[in-house]
Amino acid sequence: MDSVLSWIGGGFVVAGVALSLLGAIGVLRFPDFYTRIHAASITDTGGASLVLLGLCLIAGLTLTTLKLVFVWVFVMLTTPVAANALANAAFSSGHKPRIGTFQIVRTDERRKTPRGTDAP
Amino acid sequence: MLLAAGAAGLLAAMAMVIVRAIIGPSHYDRILAVNSFGTKTVLLLSLVGFLFGRPAFLDIAIVYALINFVTTIALMKFFRYRSLAQPLGLSAGEEARDG
Repeated sequence: MDSVLSWIGGGFVVAGVALSLLGAIGVLRFPDFYTRIHAASITDTGGASLVLLGLCLIAGLTLTTLKLVFVWVFVMLTTPVAANALANAAFSSGHKPRIGTFQIVRTDERRKTPRGTDAP
Repeated sequence: MLLAAGAAGLLAAMAMVIVRAIIGPSHYDRILAVNSFGTKTVLLLSLVGFLFGRPAFLDIAIVYALINFVTTIALMKFFRYRSLAQPLGLSAGEEARDG
């Protein structure tokens, strides 16, 4: 039983590492910053989840599993937030993509009507 | 054996990402590559802890995950305001420069 769980955990680890490897290939080869951040953030969260789940299966029910859950929670909290803030910073400072259209909606134009007065 | 293969694959992924961090055309590419490198470092630390039978590496992985996030946010603030001492949101939009 223990050996079976450890083999299944090893399979999860290898699957997560394969996902991370695909994301690294995407970061290296995609033509644009926005496509690169798409590849990096999605595969980082998915690959980290799979690797940490596999390590949890290998470790069994010990204190190590609790630490792995802590690492997973931190990665899940920080990686999407960092990717979102990075894309927001690049977009709002006018970093142009090479694919697709690009349009900035100014915040002061959106706030021309005062708040609370848009009732009919 | 599977864990050793996983560690080798993670090392290859980190090599590719660090190439992007070196040749990246803009600041944002470099910050993205360093952030991705940090996440892969956390995974590699956990794997190496299991591989060598030293689970205390997981504490280092927790600390590295937190430091990685703070590093990314601080780098973005620095590239936007050219200073870390300026409070956020004071002159957003006017001081923003292309990276």
